[in-house]
Amino acid sequence: MTAHIGKPLDRVDGPLKVTGQAQYAGEFAVPGLTYGVAVNSTLAKGRILALDVDAAKAVPGVVDVLSHLNRPRMAAYDESYTDMDSADGAPFRPLFNDRVLYSGQPLALVVAETFEAARYAATLVGVRYAQEPHQTDIHRQAPHDAPAELPKPRGDADEAFARAAVKVEAAYSSPVEHHNPMEPHASTVVYQPDGGLTIYDKTQSAVNTLEFVSHIFGLADGDARVLSPFVGGAFGSGLRPQYQVVLAVMAALHLKRSVRVTLTRQQMFTFGHRPQTLQRLKLGADQKGHLEAVIHEVLGETSRFEDFTEHVAEWSGALYHCDNVRLAYQLAALDVYTPLDMRAPGAVLGIYALECALDELAVATGVDPVQLRIDNFSPVNQNEGKPYSSKQLLACYQQGAERFGWSQRNPQPRSMREGHQLIGWGMASGAWEAMLMPASAKATLAIDGSLVVASATADIGTGTYTVMTQIAGETLGLPMDKVTFKLGDTSLPKAPLEGGSFTVSSVGTAVQQACQALIKTLLETAQKDDDSPLAGATPDDVECVDGCLRLKADPARSLTFTDIVRQSGSPSLEAQADAKPEAERDKYATGSHAAVFVEVKVDEALGTVQVSRVVSAIAAGRVVNPKTAENQILGGVVWGIGMALQEETQLDHHLGRFMNHSLAEYHIPVQADIQDLQVIFVEEHDRIVNPLGSKGVGEIGIVGVAAAIANAVYHATGKRVRDLPITLDKLL
Amino acid sequence: MSATSPTAGAGLPAAHSISLTLNGQPRRLEVQPWTTLLDLLREQLQLTGSKKGCDHGQCGACTVLVNGKRINACLSLAVMQDGAEITTVEGLAEDGRLHPLQQAFIERDAFQCGYCTSGQLCSAVGLANEGRAHSRDEIRELMSGNLCRCGAYTNILAAIEDALPACREGGRS
Repeated sequence: MTAHIGKPLDRVDGPLKVTGQAQYAGEFAVPGLTYGVAVNSTLAKGRILALDVDAAKAVPGVVDVLSHLNRPRMAAYDESYTDMDSADGAPFRPLFNDRVLYSGQPLALVVAETFEAARYAATLVGVRYAQEPHQTDIHRQAPHDAPAELPKPRGDADEAFARAAVKVEAAYSSPVEHHNPMEPHASTVVYQPDGGLTIYDKTQSAVNTLEFVSHIFGLADGDARVLSPFVGGAFGSGLRPQYQVVLAVMAALHLKRSVRVTLTRQQMFTFGHRPQTLQRLKLGADQKGHLEAVIHEVLGETSRFEDFTEHVAEWSGALYHCDNVRLAYQLAALDVYTPLDMRAPGAVLGIYALECALDELAVATGVDPVQLRIDNFSPVNQNEGKPYSSKQLLACYQQGAERFGWSQRNPQPRSMREGHQLIGWGMASGAWEAMLMPASAKATLAIDGSLVVASATADIGTGTYTVMTQIAGETLGLPMDKVTFKLGDTSLPKAPLEGGSFTVSSVGTAVQQACQALIKTLLETAQKDDDSPLAGATPDDVECVDGCLRLKADPARSLTFTDIVRQSGSPSLEAQADAKPEAERDKYATGSHAAVFVEVKVDEALGTVQVSRVVSAIAAGRVVNPKTAENQILGGVVWGIGMALQEETQLDHHLGRFMNHSLAEYHIPVQADIQDLQVIFVEEHDRIVNPLGSKGVGEIGIVGVAAAIANAVYHATGKRVRDLPITLDKLL
Repeated sequence: MSATSPTAGAGLPAAHSISLTLNGQPRRLEVQPWTTLLDLLREQLQLTGSKKGCDHGQCGACTVLVNGKRINACLSLAVMQDGAEITTVEGLAEDGRLHPLQQAFIERDAFQCGYCTSGQLCSAVGLANEGRAHSRDEIRELMSGNLCRCGAYTNILAAIEDALPACREGGRS
């Protein structure tokens, strides 16, 4: 039996990536290509009175300057601008009219024969505005209730809190963050001789991009095709089609020419971001730390034109047992772009606050932080009133603590030091959903015995190409090099967005089912011959081994795939599957879980924090590829370190503008910031989440990390910093 | 020395003629005075292995080797490279055989999305040429000009540790 699932195989796209041959959206060579550079607003709110484009158009090589004044026809209604990850409200419409809704909004697109001419000419576009007062400060805007369905309150949390023996009440804040994938958003639109469009886009769903631009520009089926074979990171930034693809398509239609629009790093701060939040936690417990009341109130930021919501507070009613829970969620609408899902959206914020508050409860009760969580463990998601299909969180605590050496911890803050470095140990739990979305895949077996499996999903670095090849190869008993997986192409069977950690679960199930359907097709084809060695066999009676279909009971009765395809008379045999969640799933809550243990070193004189050691124990069901999965968790931990200590996009409220819009001033972890990171996958069997038993690992690695670091910083210094990021000024 | 020649675009300054060795091949190129080495590689020569992550020398995705030294190609004008020997990621493999660092990056899974990878590889080759980096902490410090937003630093470090001895034996790239 060819077994690929569970093996730490090298990435199938590795050779292309290490030789520079993997091509990203802004890298496709096209004869006669023109370059578009966007001009962005310098104020946060108002109207465009006039655009002066004469100087820009006079630059040699400039083809045209597009704006709301001369753009081609676009749809007028909000519905046409919704996409697969829309928020409630009226989506942003690039170059639609004279209104300025946020600082950095694209107002015009300069198109030129060369990139340099377009870049220079864009600096010459003059904009005269009628400025209106703006508000970008979450503290100075009256909030409104978020249009989100929170779990109903259970018990009486306020009353239980009032009479609880031990109380923790604390407020936590987290700043705006930007995704900043290494590849800036880019689109290359190839204008075909027949007027059709081939669109290379940086996206987490080619399908989403195609439907979006088709609705906006009234394109018919077959007018356009979107391709996205490689994506240079996204982390949520590609879940909604971004403005560069709208501008590029607009210019291509207007000019009847091929156009590329690539955003600058500065422009990567002119669309979605992780919203700023202010959170208030009230935990009531008995003397031993058993939770009696949980109250979690969240204030998030959104734009004026859409209400962005995510699951922030829900986790406080799901992760632990508590019978008295009240959750609240409000939004403050500001003159900024709408926030956007960013790696573990919501969870990473809500669980940061919850897990810090639990650490404060551990201190207040004198119960060890790990023991406190064990004592409050819940095998049931009380929000939904359903048992978890699996929740090996206790194993995460146990194995993580053991690897880390947690039993050696002295609970006293400032109890460990090395010279002028204070050492602290902290921990936290993490959780994420294990979702399953409808997805389709097609499997095609050629006469030479090679298999192509296809689905319009994406690989944003997560390893989709590799794990789908493993799943297909395993199901059909083929070696990896006989299998090719295709993605990122709207001509392929539909897939959901590549996000939410549901790709292995959803697309993986579709791939497995397409391959199983292909086995049935092979068997039926083989049985058309009356003398078939497989005559009378049912799909359950056969197995696929080394490119052959054979009887389990009598392996000598066997046919090669090649023979069966040849027998069919066609050059290949194919089967498609449309996978959906099974009804059984509805009876359960599903999620992945983590326990994160962190050691920090805090310089007593300088206030600098180094995360010297992390052990992350993960329960995410069956791991399809331990090598790529571990990499996902490591990356998540790096993101958690950035969130805890570095990342913050700062607004100047006077200008209403993000100020540190560069990689020199928006700090993310560099190689020197990353020390000893260790990942443990605990064994977790789950036949409910999906037939593969796999939950996905893209998000779970970041959740809990920031809290574990904040808790470790408290243990090192005795200082409780409740505002992220924990920069040195807050420790001195 | 670079020579100048008139260009097609009316009113544009003259293009400069430069000669350089690119991935082992002698090349004679006409470049505008404002074109960066990175834009020359990516837009004129279709060598898109060198990536543009920031265009400001802040991310390292565009790192290439000039006369064996690692530089940010976005911070160098093409005209400054007259006579230089330039190696990009496309030139690291020899005779279809991957460079030891490329092989180590695959084996250690030292990337996810792949967008910083070319820069990491060229930077690591430059690091080996510098003859420094004899400890993990030194590698960490000296590779900190190459950002990886996927956060594959642990595996990048392991890959470089694996391949450094072979790189040093192999000499300059």
